[in-house]
Amino acid sequence: MDAETMTLLAKALAIGVGSIAPAFSIGFIGMKAMDAIGRNPEAAGKLFVPMLLGMAFAEAIAIYALIIAFTL
Amino acid sequence: MQKNTTNSITERIGLAFSGIPLAAEPLFEIAGLTITNAMINAYIAVAFFVLVALVSSRRKGIVPKGIHNVIEALVEFAMSEIQKVTEDKKKTRVFLPLVATIFFFVLFSNWLGLIPGTGSIGIWEMVHGQLELVPLLRPATSDLNLTLAIAVTAIITTHIAGVAYKGGFMHFSQFVNIRGIVLAFKKGPMAVVIALVEFFIGLIEIIGEFAKTLSLSLRLFGNVFAGEILLHVMLSLLAYVLPVPFIFMELLVGIIQATVFAMLTLAFLVVATMSHDHGDDHEEDHAKDKKLEPEHA
Repeated sequence: MDAETMTLLAKALAIGVGSIAPAFSIGFIGMKAMDAIGRNPEAAGKLFVPMLLGMAFAEAIAIYALIIAFTL
Repeated sequence: MQKNTTNSITERIGLAFSGIPLAAEPLFEIAGLTITNAMINAYIAVAFFVLVALVSSRRKGIVPKGIHNVIEALVEFAMSEIQKVTEDKKKTRVFLPLVATIFFFVLFSNWLGLIPGTGSIGIWEMVHGQLELVPLLRPATSDLNLTLAIAVTAIITTHIAGVAYKGGFMHFSQFVNIRGIVLAFKKGPMAVVIALVEFFIGLIEIIGEFAKTLSLSLRLFGNVFAGEILLHVMLSLLAYVLPVPFIFMELLVGIIQATVFAMLTLAFLVVATMSHDHGDDHEEDHAKDKKLEPEHA
């Protein structure tokens, strides 16, 4: 297990493991938004921007993992 | 001597994954200052906005004509969105220049990077011993220097706004909470313990400020840079129909990331200028709004 092999493994694990939680969070945010729209279809317009904002924050964590994968 | 004479899929995928370097490639030097390809895009964006400023300053009269309609509509849209977050007319006018500038500059830089020719037209140079294509243009926001500069500006502005609205002592006592300890001595031993805990929480808030800066800059940089790599890979695989959905996704990502950056800056500004003793004033404002509503209806 030399340094280059470990680097490759670290890159793959960084982005692989690091995108599990953001994927779940984005799914949850979408799920709750769908629930809210289902209960109150008129609120769809009001919900759209906060939902996108929440998803962008959750996605940022995956982006941090991607940066590590790029810089290693 | 070009590398694009290979035919097999495996070799093409291998070439595609050579990707683009993390740092923007330097192109030439002017009086000792190195100009990189991302800087060229950034200066194109700056020139565009200077042009917009010149055009919008030539307005005569209250009724807008032509392009002034568009500019006025955009500014009104920005103001209404900011008003939703701040709920205070004066603060909206104070925060509008920074937040709207961040939004429009980041949006324009992101979208400018999608124009055909960005990232593909370049010079073949020997970089680190390998013959590589150095593009002449690259999205400005795919350079960490630019996003970090905007993020640092935004966070420093929140501190300046906090000092301007709350006074220097009140603002910095959020972080180094000696005031809380001094006040708590009058209340009793339990309050002193709580005040000590809040003092250390205040010190951790200082690290939080750096985390905000890093997260703002890395979020925008990561999204745009990853999009660049994605487009490079897709265009290397098949240059014709395949990249179209990805370019559309990059349009969406551009606007979403600009919104997120501007909205976060606005949220930080509002939190920094919010005085914690003025909770009662806030309720009075809402009461006034409720009294006005029946008259409007």
